[in-house]
Amino acid sequence: MSYVRRFLSFWWDFVVGDDWRVAAGIGVAIAITWVLVDRGVDAWWLLPVAVPLVLVQSLRRTVRSGG
Amino acid sequence: MGPVDSSTFVLVAGSFLASAVEMVEALTIVLGVGVVRGWRAPLIGVAAALAILVVLVALLGAALAAIPIEPLRLVVGALLLVFGLQWLRKAILRSSGHKALHDEDDAYRAEREQAEKAGHDSRVGLDWYAFTVAFKGVLLEGLEVVFIVIAFGSAQGELGLAAVGAALAFVLVLVVGLVLHRPLSRVPENTIKFVVGLLLTTFGCFWAAEGVGVEWPGDELALLGVLAFFVATSFGLVRVLRQGRAAAAVSKVAA
Repeated sequence: MSYVRRFLSFWWDFVVGDDWRVAAGIGVAIAITWVLVDRGVDAWWLLPVAVPLVLVQSLRRTVRSGG
Repeated sequence: MGPVDSSTFVLVAGSFLASAVEMVEALTIVLGVGVVRGWRAPLIGVAAALAILVVLVALLGAALAAIPIEPLRLVVGALLLVFGLQWLRKAILRSSGHKALHDEDDAYRAEREQAEKAGHDSRVGLDWYAFTVAFKGVLLEGLEVVFIVIAFGSAQGELGLAAVGAALAFVLVLVVGLVLHRPLSRVPENTIKFVVGLLLTTFGCFWAAEGVGVEWPGDELALLGVLAFFVATSFGLVRVLRQGRAAAAVSKVAA
């Protein structure tokens, strides 16, 4: 594995960890918040709702796969 | 204490706790290798890693200070949120029995065994194994602290205070480790990681939303509401997962 690839892989593992869907879910939630705010909706509630939903899905996947 | 003061206090406390728990793990590695192979090389390794971490905080802190606060909060908030959810997820899995608790005594024993088995390779006048293990251990554990300190400090405009929180934890763990001369296995690591995970997730959520233009009701006071909501949700999840685990164990015995 090249040095650059190892470097990127380290930072990916460091920030994203072993469930990339968490990062993807949070990215989507932030993007939707952005769109809503842009259209005049102060969607402060969206991220606090999205975070537990993303967390529950991730925990469910981990428990089902046996940890 | 006003809302700005309380969020700054939480920020310093978060840096302190994150740093303390990572330093406890780094201390275990350094003790394990130092007790077996002598202290000179591991301590030089620790000093080299700390020097790199300090330079990283100074350089990245200065670079981030030049970025406007709104995009900075969006990027830092999103990263903090994803990073914090990792901590929170693992803490929930550990608290509910779905993942083994980190045991410093076990880690210490494993480190000692490896240090005893490793060969002797001397480079630049140092026991290279002892140096690299201590260096890598402190650098890798410290990187998480640097990430948290920079994220907390830059998004709140209080990098100095966040660094002070981390430095206090470093000194405390170092002094206690030197006095006891054994791993700090009684430190409730999972509880601390749970708290830090909640703080990272809360601040990440708050800043990421602010970064895309959200105006929180009550401004920074909303942090307390978000934190309370995440605390309640997390404890609820621990409870549900524990019950699920107990039910699975009962049905396994019955079968």
